Amino acid sequence: MNGVHDMGGMHGFGPVLPEVDEPVFHAPWEGRVLGLNRLMGAWRRWNIDASRHSIERLPPADYLGFSYYEKWLAAMINRMLALGMITAGELASGHKADGTVVASPPVTADTVMDIINAVGSYQRDVGANPRFAAGDRVRARTINPEGHTRLPRYARGRLGVIERDHGAQVFPDSNSRFAGEAPQTLYTVCFTARELWGEAANPADHVSLDLWEDYLEPA
Amino acid sequence: MTGHHDHDHGGQEIPSATALRVKALESLLVEKGLVDPAALDAIIDSYENKVGPRHGARVVARAWTDPAYKARLLADGSNAIAEVGFPGSQRAHVAVVENTPSLHNLVVCTLCSCYPSSVLGLPPVWYKSSAYRSRAVIDPRGVLRDFGLTLDEGVAVRVWDSTAELRYLVLPERPAGTEGMDEDALTALVSRDAMIGTAKVATP
Repeated sequence: MNGVHDMGGMHGFGPVLPEVDEPVFHAPWEGRVLGLNRLMGAWRRWNIDASRHSIERLPPADYLGFSYYEKWLAAMINRMLALGMITAGELASGHKADGTVVASPPVTADTVMDIINAVGSYQRDVGANPRFAAGDRVRARTINPEGHTRLPRYARGRLGVIERDHGAQVFPDSNSRFAGEAPQTLYTVCFTARELWGEAANPADHVSLDLWEDYLEPA
Repeated sequence: MTGHHDHDHGGQEIPSATALRVKALESLLVEKGLVDPAALDAIIDSYENKVGPRHGARVVARAWTDPAYKARLLADGSNAIAEVGFPGSQRAHVAVVENTPSLHNLVVCTLCSCYPSSVLGLPPVWYKSSAYRSRAVIDPRGVLRDFGLTLDEGVAVRVWDSTAELRYLVLPERPAGTEGMDEDALTALVSRDAMIGTAKVATP
């Protein structure tokens, strides 16, 4: 999706402003939003890729204007409504609709540390036969999918070199649509800064991205 | 919703519209049995008090003092980090990239906010900001200057855009004057920003 979230290389956002002695949360509600997001995720009605895509699909002005946890809150509400986990009426009233069953949370205080410390691996041992090997020259494909993708615009059409093979991993473009994990080989691909940004870039500089096999073609 | 300047710092002021909205949502989700409030409290406590950059600093300090560990860390970050054995250390797929006198590494996630939280905790606001995400890949030297770090033109910059479920941790250079320090003392020197690549570790 060619959304405002895909902002690598954009101008105009001003300087980076580090905050001295920054707290973990700037208001208590931020922590509640993070925690609610984790606990609602434990219902496994969505996955990390679908969750990211729901944030990308916020209206562009909201995406740029909301704080980080405001984006999480808005997107989580959208997901819960879309999946029927809550209704618009319940959201407006703040109370469970009459006659609905009370559920049992999949995660309780006794088991919550297990999800915090869980090994969230996206590697899949599917015996994929990698198309590329370290040192191969590749070109990132020119694609413009309307759905979720992890190939940023700034790398599309650019020439790079395969640096490392990370084995088969869950493919976000498919998983985000609930169309299956479709694991395929993930590679670290290194691009020169000049290939990405032109002759003004420092000739010694590089940018690398982790890209799935379907994002790449031989060059 | 309110803009990002309207925070109710410390909860001592009148709650913001967003704070009230979150409270209403939480109470709805608890009433529906979708969320256990005690589990919610435990998650927040964990992020506020249990995870954080000191875990990453410990990994860096061990690499500085144990060459065999450093070799394992650079070859297979995930397993070497698990050796250190803090809670959550086995969680993430982490690659460790080493700064040298001729190479400076910088980590970003241009598409969202991917961050090595198992070793650094939650990311700071600037890491998630549009300014950092947009500029780190096209103007990394300018971003470093925003942090007060001016690199020599002869030092190569390598930016790692975290586009997959692999997280990057920078192994900073060990500063001069720390030759006699042990792992605990070195751990205290390593800043979060040095492990993202927006700072160097200062000589004590």
